[in-house]
Amino acid sequence: MAAKTLTIDGKEVSAAEGATILEAASDAGITLPTLCHLEGVYDVGACRMCLVEIAGTPKLLPACTTQVSEGMNVTTTSERLQQYRKMILELLFAERNHVCAVCVANGHCELQTLAYRQGMDHVRYDYCFPKWDVDITHPLYGMDHNRCILCTRCVRVCWHIEGAGTKNVAGRGAKAQIITDLFQPWGESDTCTNCGKCVMSCPTGALFYRGATVGEMERDRSKLEFIVTAREKKQWIP
Amino acid sequence: MDLNELLQIKEKELAAQKPHTLRCCMAAGCMSSNSQAVKDGLEKAVADAGLSNQVEVRGVGCMKLCCQGPLVQADPAGALYERVTPPDAASIVGTLLGGATHVGKGDPHDPFFTKQLSIVLANSGVVDPERIESYLAADGYTGLHEVLHEMTPKDVVEGLVKSGLRGRGGAGFPTGLKWGTVAKSPGEKKYVICNADEGDPGAFMDRSVLESDPHSVLEGMAIAAYAVGADQGFIYVRAEYPLAISRLQTAIRQAKQMGLLGSAIFESPFNFNIDIRIGAGAFVCGEETALMASVEGKRGTPRPRPPFPAESGLWGCPTLINNVETFANVPAIIRRGADWFASIGTEKSKGTKVFALAGKIKNTGLIEVPMGTRLRDIVEQMGGGAPDGGRIKAVQTGGPSGGCIPADALDTPVDYESLTKLGSIMGSGGMIVMDQTTNMVEIARFFMEFCMDESCGKCIPCRAGTVQMHHLLTKIIERKATLRDLAKLEELCDMVKHTSLCGLGQTAPNPTVSTLRFFRHEYLELLQPDTHGPHGNGAVTQPPVPA
Repeated sequence: MAAKTLTIDGKEVSAAEGATILEAASDAGITLPTLCHLEGVYDVGACRMCLVEIAGTPKLLPACTTQVSEGMNVTTTSERLQQYRKMILELLFAERNHVCAVCVANGHCELQTLAYRQGMDHVRYDYCFPKWDVDITHPLYGMDHNRCILCTRCVRVCWHIEGAGTKNVAGRGAKAQIITDLFQPWGESDTCTNCGKCVMSCPTGALFYRGATVGEMERDRSKLEFIVTAREKKQWIP
Repeated sequence: MDLNELLQIKEKELAAQKPHTLRCCMAAGCMSSNSQAVKDGLEKAVADAGLSNQVEVRGVGCMKLCCQGPLVQADPAGALYERVTPPDAASIVGTLLGGATHVGKGDPHDPFFTKQLSIVLANSGVVDPERIESYLAADGYTGLHEVLHEMTPKDVVEGLVKSGLRGRGGAGFPTGLKWGTVAKSPGEKKYVICNADEGDPGAFMDRSVLESDPHSVLEGMAIAAYAVGADQGFIYVRAEYPLAISRLQTAIRQAKQMGLLGSAIFESPFNFNIDIRIGAGAFVCGEETALMASVEGKRGTPRPRPPFPAESGLWGCPTLINNVETFANVPAIIRRGADWFASIGTEKSKGTKVFALAGKIKNTGLIEVPMGTRLRDIVEQMGGGAPDGGRIKAVQTGGPSGGCIPADALDTPVDYESLTKLGSIMGSGGMIVMDQTTNMVEIARFFMEFCMDESCGKCIPCRAGTVQMHHLLTKIIERKATLRDLAKLEELCDMVKHTSLCGLGQTAPNPTVSTLRFFRHEYLELLQPDTHGPHGNGAVTQPPVPA
């Protein structure tokens, strides 16, 4: 496989052919904000947090799904990009009911961490305050749609790592939501294997272990990493 | 089927023609005002008058002046009867025997008809869309024969490049270039898709083409398949078009029976099958990557491009995807030559464009005009201006992805570049005329509501951004907004445009941006003074006037 050299934020970087800008950047120690990206499952380019500027390309492109090419000149941080990222986060906070103070994931939440990091200190848009249900029909896990950002990580791990195909998306636009099977209560799902990978993958407090209380939802991603590395690289990481 | 057999069918069809023809519109518009009963009435009247050997009653596709339907046209006399009701049938047939009729007649020499140039709609209102013989009599499928027996795939692509045809779905990508890319993409299996998921409010061009002349689309697709090396085609048509679907099914069945689709077409090694896929009512499925996901049986959501469908489309195979009108142009380009096509239109926009005229305009219907025709000619001369003495205020093109062109810019020629320069787009061809009673902020909100409801929910800027923009527009209309809200709206328009994943989100702010550009005063009139003072982020308030 041929290597490609490119410039990211003024830094000369080499990457394998077929690698994404996100992979190349992280190899070079450049961190990009991401929400829907999860190591081990394919990328969908949905959250638009990792949008970057590429010289000679009029459109902003997501780093997670754009492959590197020879001589590419990438800018990952600019005033404009930072502004857009902040606005995306504001839109997310206004969209559903993200109340950190009473959230199981408080302190361990990727949305919260990103908001701090991007300097989003308040939301300028009117909150929508939608009414969403909480599904606690499953004996082990719960799903609070109020905290869901529709990153579809849970759907992807369910289909492509566990292979159960329980989680899915129904509805469209602001009414889109994560469902189990054919829109049944999670507890009545025939396909769910109770593996808990969806809970491990969730960036916010939308999916949680039952019984967890405020701030207790720490996620252990090592299991996901273990399976993916074993499958893809045939390496059994201890 | 070989060329001789094809020509024999054509000769037979032409020889069977009776001295008189009564063409009765059987497209969805006229059928909704009972044209089926009119046609039945005409047939009965012909039989009662003993004229069955003299007069043919032919159900045809759209005759263009939809607002006056049901339409019946008598050949060769040329009289065009408007708003025909079933009881009128006898007197219309009576005119053929020298009688008189009270049925209102339209003027075939009205600019609405005389300024049209029909390429895509050449067979519309002339051939019977449910009989392939009728299409063959109009030289149908001779283009496909010529391509299969006298041209290499490369010749076809070069011809398309030379013709200057650009995609009629809205974006105007050069068709020849797209075909060439798919042809060059490596892959054993390739697909051709016809995008018939016409979803813009007020647009009905593609529906009319499918209902009036389905074979021209099938022929265009077959030519495309030969050019790019595909053997399977799909037509993705929305479920809201049942008549178009049934006519397509009939057309595909007839073409297969005659060996014009299927295996060894025209006794050549070329195989091509076409299947229909029916959409389930999502506007976003008109976006090519969402459409392909839907054809594959998945949830219809777009994915980032690149890779473009030409490289990796349906099931990862190189896929050519064009709009209905684009394909319908192809047979004529092959038959009459690329130079002929390139001689029509402007320097960068060749050929004609079909528009669906709707809204506050006298002559509602379908028009096909050469590229470069001035908007004023379309709405004032052909369209007859606003009804009831109204004054045209703006013309909306491109549906929810387009913009509003103000009346003082009506001298703009209709071509891709000029419309883009005005902040609108050519779009698929919906043209909605607005008069002085129209509130432009309401228009912006209408289209924003449409995009909000139709957003698939995959990417955040489109899903949550359209909600906030709609909320801000509502606030403005309800006179609850301030200059600060307007600034927020404009900032969101910019952000959603540049960060959304697919065309739906990227163009959703267009109607708002263009009305803000040309009708800003209408927004400002609705704003309230900012009572919170110049605090907060990005506040745009007017400085207090010193006493």
